[in-house]
Amino acid sequence: MAFSTTDRRRAEEIAARYPQARSATLPLLFLVQDRDGSVTSQGIEDVAEFLGLTPAVVLGTCSFYTMFKTTPVGRLVVSVCTNVACMVKGGMELHEDLRRHYAADDEVFVEEVECMAHCDRAPAVQVNYDFHGPLDAAAAVDVVEQYRSGALRARTISGTSQGAAE
Amino acid sequence: MTAQETRIVSKFLRERTEDSWTYEAARAYNGAYTRLEQAFAMTPDQIVEEVQKSGLRGRGGAGFGTGQKWSFLPKGVFPRYLCVNGDEGEPCTFKDHMLVERDPHQIVEGIIITAYAIQANHAFIYLRGEFALGAERLQQAIDDAYRNGFLGKNIGGSGFDLELVLHRGAGCYIAGDETGLLSSLEGERAMPRIKPPFPAAQGLYAAPTVVNNIETMSTIPHIIANGGEWYAGLGVGKSTGTRLFSVSGHVERPGNYEIELGMTFRELIEGLAGGVPGGKRMKFFIPGGASAPWLLPEHLDSPLDMDYAGAELRTMLGSGAITVFDEDTDPLLVSWRLAKFYAHESCGKCTPCREGSSWIEKVLHRMVKGQGRPEDLDLLLSFGSSIVPGLNAPFAQTTICALGPSTMSHVVSLDRWFRDEIVERLTRDADRRRSLQVTSA
Repeated sequence: MAFSTTDRRRAEEIAARYPQARSATLPLLFLVQDRDGSVTSQGIEDVAEFLGLTPAVVLGTCSFYTMFKTTPVGRLVVSVCTNVACMVKGGMELHEDLRRHYAADDEVFVEEVECMAHCDRAPAVQVNYDFHGPLDAAAAVDVVEQYRSGALRARTISGTSQGAAE
Repeated sequence: MTAQETRIVSKFLRERTEDSWTYEAARAYNGAYTRLEQAFAMTPDQIVEEVQKSGLRGRGGAGFGTGQKWSFLPKGVFPRYLCVNGDEGEPCTFKDHMLVERDPHQIVEGIIITAYAIQANHAFIYLRGEFALGAERLQQAIDDAYRNGFLGKNIGGSGFDLELVLHRGAGCYIAGDETGLLSSLEGERAMPRIKPPFPAAQGLYAAPTVVNNIETMSTIPHIIANGGEWYAGLGVGKSTGTRLFSVSGHVERPGNYEIELGMTFRELIEGLAGGVPGGKRMKFFIPGGASAPWLLPEHLDSPLDMDYAGAELRTMLGSGAITVFDEDTDPLLVSWRLAKFYAHESCGKCTPCREGSSWIEKVLHRMVKGQGRPEDLDLLLSFGSSIVPGLNAPFAQTTICALGPSTMSHVVSLDRWFRDEIVERLTRDADRRRSLQVTSA
């Protein structure tokens, strides 16, 4: 596939911010993730080619970070915190409820995450990296459905504003 | 007297909740960027001196003297870089999250002054990837600062140039370690680096680098405006000034509270945060983020003083996060969940942490699930001591970064405060399993 002209221009803009182009690895991985719906092997190759690195090096970086999804996750990533401040407010049960509720839903991906720095609103949930909380399972499903219907405007699965690149 | 906040860095964002993050509001009502003129009238060395005089210590967790850190840069070596650490990931800490979303201009102004003081023409903010709204607002603030001549070439006619880049992380705790941050910013896995060389000598792209926390940056404009002596007059001993504390868990009013250092835990937890709800008693609390050894209700009258916490309480104020657990909380469950966190976040570079963190999690898991053995706590301490020799705070470590000893901090706390309770429970569990085996045979 390789970068389209627009993507290449965008990638050049990003790389130009850094004294060394390799620093653009994370932002470029966000770019291909938003383009393809997950970080695919094509995405890895495109970033590698652009930065003059091997795909193995780029994948090595990519696989270290939880925000890069290497398998399709649908349109909405629902992150539920179960670390201690959320745990004592029901975060684990909330995660389990949401996981079951959306188990067969290809559009919604529910994941358990570590502390998201939203502990004063525990249990905390993010939908495509927008914060919500405190929520019980019913309220969380309601929020997710509002994003699905478009009543709430979801960011990309990389957490960037829709419409804006990177 | 009832406990009160002393708001400096959080004053504006509390007063103007509707639009404190906008350029217009920050300029009109908070004097944003007016401290630059004062700063540029000083020499870079004078600013370093002023900040040293203030006694300001890094607000990220380690509590190292900010001005002192700046003074370590080797003379005459350029380029230099300023990296601002906004990768707030220490469990239960949420102060930088608030500062980024609600007062980004205060951060940008602090960065400009700091970059001028250390003579760096390129600065980066490494912001936690999950802070999507924060990234949006911070980028807007940076764009506004460029548009109005506070970033870029010849800022305010001073002859000083600064490029400021917002860099989003992508989900990993260890990028919050200062050398892990540098590795990540260079496009690699966020693995911490062995020190020396320290970042001041060889940091980003092997150039002299200062890494400072978001709250630290937010404090700088106020020190320039009011003087180092003013700041040093607040606080207690060598813990000068104010700090934001994130209070969470079983309290009536969880939230961020900016207080003068020296206030007691009780005033903060019970006075400001309202204490444990539902008439319950507190069982224990974590005083400085997940990596800090735990304390008990009997310690509530101790002062929030970084040195006292280390020397007298054998813990730390760390990232400024206090999590309270009520009497119904199972300390083993909290310990296991923290162990799971460290096992997940260990970067895998140092063997004791990579192997140890997941073994600690496995053993704690069986303990929580009623499958523990009476000697399990000692087992944990035994192999934990190869990560933390001596097992005594302040922790020694066999790993490059502090994540290693943090994997044992909660285990040491279990041993220190709840040993009898846990051994009794493990013995009971073992007896129960034995009796089940006998009956089923």
